Amino acid sequence: MIRDAMLVAAKDLRLERRSKIGLAQVMPFAVLVLLLFAFALDPDRNILRQATPGLFWVTVLFSAVLTLQRSFGVEAEDGIPDALRLSGMAPAGIYLGKVAALVVQLLALEVVLAIGVAVLYDTRFIGIPLLIGVSITATLGIAAAGAVYGALAARLRSRDTLLPLLLLPLLAPVLISATRGFEVSLERETVSGWPWAALLGIFALVYLTLGSVLFRPLLEDA
Amino acid sequence: MESIVHLRAAVALIGRFPALAGADLDVDHGEIVLLRGPNGAGKTTLLRVCAGLVSVSSGTAMVLGEDLVRNRAAVRRRVGMLGHATFLYEDLTVTENIDFWARAAGATVRDGRAALDRLGVASRLWSLPVSALSAGQRRRVSFASMLCRRPELWLLDEPHAGLDSDGRDVIDDLMREAASVGATVLFASHELDRAGGVAHRSVTISGGVTVPDAESFDSVGIADLADEVAP
Repeated sequence: MIRDAMLVAAKDLRLERRSKIGLAQVMPFAVLVLLLFAFALDPDRNILRQATPGLFWVTVLFSAVLTLQRSFGVEAEDGIPDALRLSGMAPAGIYLGKVAALVVQLLALEVVLAIGVAVLYDTRFIGIPLLIGVSITATLGIAAAGAVYGALAARLRSRDTLLPLLLLPLLAPVLISATRGFEVSLERETVSGWPWAALLGIFALVYLTLGSVLFRPLLEDA
Repeated sequence: MESIVHLRAAVALIGRFPALAGADLDVDHGEIVLLRGPNGAGKTTLLRVCAGLVSVSSGTAMVLGEDLVRNRAAVRRRVGMLGHATFLYEDLTVTENIDFWARAAGATVRDGRAALDRLGVASRLWSLPVSALSAGQRRRVSFASMLCRRPELWLLDEPHAGLDSDGRDVIDDLMREAASVGATVLFASHELDRAGGVAHRSVTISGGVTVPDAESFDSVGIADLADEVAP
């Protein structure tokens, strides 16, 4: 299973390197959203600074939906679902591989967005360990839940519009927890922020378990 | 000896439509069997049933000793299927595709490269993305990704489609070689003049039901078969 996961993750990252969809489309989109928030709230810079954690994670969620659509769109093309089934790879391995590749892509995006909010919103990052902890667990949760719903939506014709409708309400707990974790971190109260990271970790763990179990029937029905 | 493929009254539904409506089929070890029949007869569904991709709603379906009614996934790693789709990632290069599918099936990268060579895919094309290849070249790469799995049962749906004359000869040679080393080949084709030169026998499928072998290939001339499917 681990071998299959590594194989799928490497393939997905190679696909991204070749197509550059994340770099050329998702990242510019994310920076553009940050920029639009800055235009909308600029008259009161203080509000912009206060809203930074929420704006950051809303932007991450929107970008994650685009990344997921791409990640599962390629798996729906030209007989690939059949090829995956025939490959003999463990469905849980395929799922974990997809999640791993998504995590890498989203973390890279978050680094760019962090630079973006530092420049555009004048945000100063203080509690770095907590920020990293929250980012990793939140990203894992987004990828783990997103991969389940991405696979579910991939077989539907209306997948492009359906995925955000299915996924965004489900990720509300991640948005809230990650935003609170970031707020605490930016206000130097790093110790009390760890429960948010722990909550995000539990969310990720639940979905990683669920996805590993559910991916077999999802792959069968694709 | 136990049949490699053994179907009895096999029914497979696509939605509510019985694409296979009680098919009977026996294919022995090392045989090359041509499936023939008009469009929509159920040839592709029968191949997909044998690959464990479509469930059997009723009847008996044993492939490579595995009971597909109980566990159709069990047979998948042991079969190789070439369908209308290429099973390739458009943005990846030829070698990246082959390496991925070879390793996914437990084969080595070297097996993949050897298969590309065997299919006559020129090495200058190996670093190109699949999206830059012609339909015929994609077909060869697709065949190579199946070949490197070393399947025990080959399930080929219109294997000659989109290939030039050399490519078709290579496919025919590969089918013969596979059978000579103990693999079994079941393929659907409308190109009966070519297919008839490779197959040991044929089975006709019509309306989701197979016609007994005795009434088909062995007792009917190739020209007659070609007339049957001509538009």
